[in-house]
Amino acid sequence: MQKIMGSHLTLDHFRLASFSLPSSLLHWSKPPPSRTWTVVMTYQQDYLSPCLYPLSALSDIISTVEFNHTGELLATGDKGGRVVIFQREQESKNQVHRRGEYNVYSTFQSHEPEFDYLKSLEIEEKINKIRWLPQQNAAYFLLSTNDKTVKLWKVSERDKRPEGYNLKDEEGRLRDPATITTLRVPVLRPMDLMVEATPRRVFANAHTYHINSISVNSDYETYMSADDLRINLWNFEITNQSFNIVDIKPANMEELTEVITAAEFHPHHCNTFVYSSSKGTIRLCDMRASALCDRHTKFFEEPEDPSNRSFFSEIISSISDVKFSHSGRCIMTRDYLTVKVWDLNMENRPVETYQVHDYLRSKLCSLYENDCIFDKFECVWNGSDSVIMTGSYNNFFRMFDRNTKRDVTLEASRENSKPRAILKPRKVCVGGKRRKDEISVDSLDFSKKILHTAWHPSENIIAVAATNNLYIFQDKVN
Amino acid sequence: MAGVAGPATGSGAAGGDGDDSLYPIAVLIDELRNEDVQLRLNSIKKLSTIALALGVERTRTELLPFLTDTIYDEDEVLLALAEQLGNFTGLVGGPDFAHCLLPPLESLATVEETVVRDKAVESLRQISQEHTPVALEAHFVPLVKRLASGDWFTSRTSACGLFSVCYPRASIAVKGEIRQYFRSLCSDDTPMVRRAAASKLGEFAKVLELDSVKSEIVPLFTNLASDEQDSVRLLAVEACVSIAQLLSQDDIEALVMPTLRQAAEDKSWRVRYMVADKFSELQKAVGPKITLNDLIPAFQNLLKDCEAEVRAAAAHKVKELCENLPMEGRETMIMNQILPYIKELVSDTNQHVKSALASVIMGLSTILGKENTIEHLLPLFLAQLKDECPEVRLNIISNLDCVNEVIGIRQLSQSLLPAIVELAEDAKWRVRLAIIEYMPLLAGQLGVEFFDEKLNSLCMAWLVDHVYAIREAATNNLMKLVQKFGTEWAQNTIVPKVLVMANDPNYLHRMTTLFCINALSEACGQEITTKQMLPIVLKMAGDQVANVRFNVAKSLQKIGPILDTDALQEEVKPVLQKLGQDEDMDVKYFAQEAISAVAQRLRKLDFPVKDSEEPSAPGADKNHFLRPRGPGEDTGKGPAYQLHVNTRDTLPQLDTAEIVLFLPKHRLISRI
Repeated sequence: MQKIMGSHLTLDHFRLASFSLPSSLLHWSKPPPSRTWTVVMTYQQDYLSPCLYPLSALSDIISTVEFNHTGELLATGDKGGRVVIFQREQESKNQVHRRGEYNVYSTFQSHEPEFDYLKSLEIEEKINKIRWLPQQNAAYFLLSTNDKTVKLWKVSERDKRPEGYNLKDEEGRLRDPATITTLRVPVLRPMDLMVEATPRRVFANAHTYHINSISVNSDYETYMSADDLRINLWNFEITNQSFNIVDIKPANMEELTEVITAAEFHPHHCNTFVYSSSKGTIRLCDMRASALCDRHTKFFEEPEDPSNRSFFSEIISSISDVKFSHSGRCIMTRDYLTVKVWDLNMENRPVETYQVHDYLRSKLCSLYENDCIFDKFECVWNGSDSVIMTGSYNNFFRMFDRNTKRDVTLEASRENSKPRAILKPRKVCVGGKRRKDEISVDSLDFSKKILHTAWHPSENIIAVAATNNLYIFQDKVN
Repeated sequence: MAGVAGPATGSGAAGGDGDDSLYPIAVLIDELRNEDVQLRLNSIKKLSTIALALGVERTRTELLPFLTDTIYDEDEVLLALAEQLGNFTGLVGGPDFAHCLLPPLESLATVEETVVRDKAVESLRQISQEHTPVALEAHFVPLVKRLASGDWFTSRTSACGLFSVCYPRASIAVKGEIRQYFRSLCSDDTPMVRRAAASKLGEFAKVLELDSVKSEIVPLFTNLASDEQDSVRLLAVEACVSIAQLLSQDDIEALVMPTLRQAAEDKSWRVRYMVADKFSELQKAVGPKITLNDLIPAFQNLLKDCEAEVRAAAAHKVKELCENLPMEGRETMIMNQILPYIKELVSDTNQHVKSALASVIMGLSTILGKENTIEHLLPLFLAQLKDECPEVRLNIISNLDCVNEVIGIRQLSQSLLPAIVELAEDAKWRVRLAIIEYMPLLAGQLGVEFFDEKLNSLCMAWLVDHVYAIREAATNNLMKLVQKFGTEWAQNTIVPKVLVMANDPNYLHRMTTLFCINALSEACGQEITTKQMLPIVLKMAGDQVANVRFNVAKSLQKIGPILDTDALQEEVKPVLQKLGQDEDMDVKYFAQEAISAVAQRLRKLDFPVKDSEEPSAPGADKNHFLRPRGPGEDTGKGPAYQLHVNTRDTLPQLDTAEIVLFLPKHRLISRI
C-alpha cells in the first residue's frame, strides 16, 4: 500500500500570509452595522510563478473545500489531485486574537492523472469533492473523489517510534552475529509528531460518467456517489461492489433531456436522499420503499414564470448544488442567478428565494459566449441554518440572513485581506450613476469566481476558495 | 528451538561463536519492524517463537508493551497479531497472567478496520475463558467497561461482543452492572454501536437468567426493532430467532410476535427482506402453532411483496418452509396456501425472483408426491424451461434429479431438449459453461440413446468453441461421459471425432485433440490409447506450431503410464528424443521432462517397486512450469523433477493445459 507522509512541516507549496501585524490595524475600518467579518488568514497555492508555468498554476486551483464535523479540520482539494488539510490552532489564553487560525496539518496526493485505455479517455486528477466521515477513533477519515474513483483516506498522527535493533547498532551498522549474546526487544520513544495519510479503500470502476457528488449516510456504513446519470450506493467496507440506486439513462441517449447535477443524503434519516437535475428540479427518494429509487417520493419544482422566458431559461435554471439544512427540514439549491430554500413539506415552490447577482441577467449573452453561464456555484448553510452563503464573480461572495432578510456582498482578495482586517461590504451598481465604493457591472472580472465555500459547523468561521487562494474569515472578535 | 526456520535475510546464518539459537530469534525481532510487510507478517506469525525465546517474564514486561503500541501497522499484520495473542496465555506465564494480554488486544479493539477489531474481540473472548473468576472481575470486566464507555464508537462496538463471555462468570453485583452497560449501548447515539448491540442481543440473551431476558432483553429488543434507522431494525430480526428459542410459547406470543409481525410489514424493504431471509430459522424458533397462525400469512405477503429483492428472498425459502411444516396436513396446506403464490411468481416481472424460485421449486416435487407434481408442478417447470432468462432455465436443469426421482424425466424431455440446445448456443460463454457442467448429470438422467441422438453433437461442438474455458470444460465433460457410458461407447462415438480434429488447420483445435487425449486416455484404457490415440499424438510431433509440439511431449508424458513397455520403448522414446533436439526451447524442455518420466516408467516396469515406496508430491508439478528457469537448468533432471513423475493426479494436467497457452510469453518476460 502506498503511504504518503505529510506533516505540518511540509509547506512546500503553501505560503502562509504574515501574521505579525500591529494590533492597531485590527479595527481600521468603521464597524459596519450588521455582522462583520475579519480575515483570519489567506493561503496561496503558489507552486511556481504562474506566469512562467501556467499549467502548474492551473493545477493549484482549489476545487473543493470542506470542514470536518467538529470544525477542527478543514480540507481542500485542487485540480492537481492534492488534498491539503488544515488544523485549527489550539486556543491559548495569552493569544486570544489568534482564535480561529488554521495551519497546514497534512498534504497528500490523493489522485493521479490516469488514462482509460479501453475508452481512450484521459481521467483528470482533479478532486471534485471531499467529504469527512464521522470520527470513529483517534484518526480522521475522509472521502475524496475525482471524475471516476472515490478514495477513503485515513489521516493519523504518530508520536512514538520504536528503537533498538539486534543486528545493527543505532547508526545502522551491522553487528557481528557472533557478538549477539542477549535479545533486545524494541522500545518506543517519543518523537516529533508526524501526520500520515494512508489510502484505506479505493472505490473504482463503478461510474461511466463523471462523479459530481459524494455524500456520507447517517448510518455511518454507507455513502453514495452520483454521476451525470446514475447514483450508486457503497458500503465503506466493500470496494468491489456497489448498488445502483438511481439510473436516469434513457435507453436511447438521443432522448436524454436532463442530467443529475448534485446529490446528498438527509443528515439524520438514513433512508432519504435528494438529487437535483439540470432542469432545475429536485427529487427526494426513500430507500425504504424500494431497492431501486428510480421513482421519487417527492418532486420539487417551481413553475416557470412565462414572462421571464428566454433562450437561457433552461441553462440558468440548472441546479449546481443541493444541500440539506443541518436540521434536515429544508433543502437549499443554487442555480445560476439565485439560491432557493425549499421546505421538505412543500413541493410546488421554494419558501425563500435569494437573488445572488441579478444584475447579470442582462449579460447572459456574453456569459454564454465565455462559458461562464455553465459555472457550478456551490452553497452552504451556517451552523444554525440561519444564514446561507454562496459565491459570485469578481471574487465576491454573498451571505443572506434568513431571519432579518439582510444580505451582504463581500470580497475575497489578497489586497484587502491582511490578517485581522475587517471586510468591507461591496456593492455592484446597476444603473448609470456609479457612487463611490461601488463597482459597475461592466468592470466585474468574470475570471475571478468563487465556486467553493465552507462554513464551520458550529462557529462563524468560513472558508472561501478563490481560484488558487484559500481565505478564512471569521466574525469580528470583540 | 529446533522448529525455528531461519528467515531469508541474514548473510551467513549464525556461523560464529555467539549463541547459535539466538540469531534466528534476533532476526525475527528485528523484522517486526522491517519495511517489507511480508517480513513483518512472517515475524508476527512466529510471535510465539519470539516469546518462547524471551521467556515469560520478558514477554510480559517488554514484548507486550511494545506490541500494545504497534497499532500503526498494516491491517494484515494487525490481524495476524490479534490472532496470535488469543493463543498467548501459556507464553506469558499461564492463566494467572492472562490479563497481561488485555492491553494490546484493547488497543487492537479500537482500530477502524472491522476484521482486525473482530479478531481482537474473538481473541479477547478466548482469553476471558482463561481468567479465574477473580481475575475476570479485576481485569477483564474493567476492560469491557472501558471499551463500552470509550469516546470513539469503534471501542464501543467492540465492547458489545464481550458481554456474553464475562456475564456468566461474574458475581451478582457485577452482573447488574454489565446489564446496565449493555442497556446503554443499545441506545447509543451512533447507529454503528446500536447495530453492534443488536447483533449481539441474541447471544447475550442466551447467557442471561430467564427473568432478566423477559424484563430487560425484551424491552431492548422491542426498542431496537423500532429504531429509526432501518439498518438497526433489520438486525433485530436476527435477535428475534435467539430470543424466541429461550421463551415459552405463550411468552413468544406475548413478547416477540408483536415485534415480528411489525417487522414483516416494515416500511423498509430491507427489514422485510431480512424476515424473508431468516424465515426458516424463525419458523423453527417460534414452533408449528405460531407458524400456522402467523408466519404463513406473513410469508404469503412476502411472496407478493412490492419489492423484488424481498420476493426473491422469500422464493428462496419456499422449499425449506414447506419441508419444515408439520407432516400432518402438510400437503393440503402447501396446495392451498403456498402453491397459488408460487404460480404467480413463475411469471414474475423480475428475473432474479424467477431464478430464485427455479433454484428451489424442483424440490417441492418430493414433498408433494407424484400426482400433485404431474398435475400442478409440471406445468410450472415447463413454463420455466421456456423462460427468456437463461439463469431460470439453468436452475431448473441443474435440479432435474429431484423430479427424476418422483416422476421420471421422460415427462420433461420434450421441453428439455430445446432448452438445453438454446443454452448450449447462448451468446454468453458463462451460460454455455454452466450448461456443460450439467451435461454428465443430464446424460445420466436421460440415458445413452437419448444422449447420442440429441446431445452428442452439442458436446462435440463445444470442443471447437472460441472460448478456451468452454473447450476446457468440454474436454472434462467428455472424460466424465466416458466414465458414465463406458469405453465401448467412447471408441464408437467420441474418439474418432476427437482424432479427426488433429488435422484441423487451426492449431488451437489440434491442441484440443491433445487435451482430449490427456483426459480420455485413462478412462479409455490401454488398448484404445495405444491403438487409436498414440499414432495420432506421434504424428503431431511433426506439427509446425511449437505449442502443439510441446503439448505432444506433455501428452506423451501423461499417457506414458497407460502404455506398455514396447510402445514406450519403440514408439514414444524415439519421438521424444527427436523433440528433445527441437529448435524451440520450450519444446525441448517438455520433451526432456517427458523423457525422464518415460525412463522412470521403463525402469519401474523392469524392476517393479511397491507403490507405497514411490515418492509422490501431488500438486508439485502444478507450478514448476511458471518458474523462470536459468539456461543451465534446461537439461536438469535432478531428483526434484522425478518427484512428480509418478503422481496419478489428473487435475494438475488440466491446469497445465491452461498455463501452457500463455507460456511462451511468460518466458519471454521473465527473461527480459
